[in-house]
Amino acid sequence: MTGRLARIARTTRILSSVAAILLIAGCTNYYEIPIETPIKPKLDVSAFQRVLVAGFIAGGTDDVDGNLETTRLLRSQLRTKSDLRVIDTDVLPLMEVANEDKGAPQEAKADSPKTDGRTDGAEGKEGKGESKAETRGEAPQPSSPDKAPVIKDAKDLEPYEHVFADVEYWKKIGEEYQSPLIVTGTVMFTPHQRSGIVQREEEVYDSFGRRRVVPVRTYMERKGYILQPKFIFIDGRTGTVMHSENFREEVLYNANQSTPALSSYFELMDRLIPSFLSTLSSQKIKGTRVLLQ
Amino acid sequence: MPIRTLTILLLLGTSAAPLAADARDDAKKQVQFGIAVAQRGLWREAIYRWERAVQIDPKYEEALNDLAIAYEHEGDLEKARVAYEKALELEPNNALIKQNYELFKEINDRTTRKDSQDNQNP
Repeated sequence: MTGRLARIARTTRILSSVAAILLIAGCTNYYEIPIETPIKPKLDVSAFQRVLVAGFIAGGTDDVDGNLETTRLLRSQLRTKSDLRVIDTDVLPLMEVANEDKGAPQEAKADSPKTDGRTDGAEGKEGKGESKAETRGEAPQPSSPDKAPVIKDAKDLEPYEHVFADVEYWKKIGEEYQSPLIVTGTVMFTPHQRSGIVQREEEVYDSFGRRRVVPVRTYMERKGYILQPKFIFIDGRTGTVMHSENFREEVLYNANQSTPALSSYFELMDRLIPSFLSTLSSQKIKGTRVLLQ
Repeated sequence: MPIRTLTILLLLGTSAAPLAADARDDAKKQVQFGIAVAQRGLWREAIYRWERAVQIDPKYEEALNDLAIAYEHEGDLEKARVAYEKALELEPNNALIKQNYELFKEINDRTTRKDSQDNQNP
């Protein structure tokens, strides 16, 4: 008798659960629909017809020329995905420009057109750069054109950053290229390694031969790269900075996997490009949503 | 006296329920029409219909969800955010609205990145 009651109770429970599921499914009418979300540009570039990707002060690994590759990539992206006309010209030797300003002896500095109109802010940063050199036990040396300065981390970039605030320099560049929007900045692409516990998925088969995927936590040594670009947008008519934006992306691979630095660079830049483009031109982001009734 | 009050309250109660049901029915018709036109790409018309639905029945969370999607499609992200949040306030456990909102937030957060510095010298 008790067994029969238990059976009835179990059947009732199952039936009521099935009914509840059917009820929920029946009540919810939904329709998946594709949408395209237009994103307004962060910067009003309607005053410009041309864009000059001038070049970058780059550092990190020697395996990738961050200046040349970033300039090439941004130019090609802007050519296809923005309304601005991309100016094709040689990449500006910004490090040399910054070095000339920083390292030139005082007499030479007075004659140099690059230093004539430097702002006070730039002078301040220059001082910072010199004091850094002193603390390292090096005298500030004029740069030699055949020896490229070594930039290994973000701190090494600081002494060069004054070049972006050099209003006269950028104004001159602007005049040369018919007042374009100028894109410049810094690019750090550094090797990176990290070890620790990583969760990965592993296939397992039970005694009946059924396949299951289970998360497994293992200790792994991984290596990869960090990409830290700072894009600076300069008004070619006035030489002033309109907008600047910092990004940071990193990628890690198994220590035994050999991935060329250049392919990692492109992998990381691929992630940033939509954000970079959305600064200058409106973008449409495709996706799907669920309409409910 | 209490009997009269009770009768009035009962009458009000019984007449309010069909009124609310009528409002939901009317709003549902607008929502259905909105879905049909949105599927044909007529998003402006869909917005009009879903706005009407929300006017008729401000607690109709599905209409608010649809309206939010339409605003998103039109690029009006602020209006979309308000509509999604209202819909979730009414129905916090609706997994489909939550999913839509999460996808929306990804885009919205990207456009309002904190690390961007407008009009600042480096």
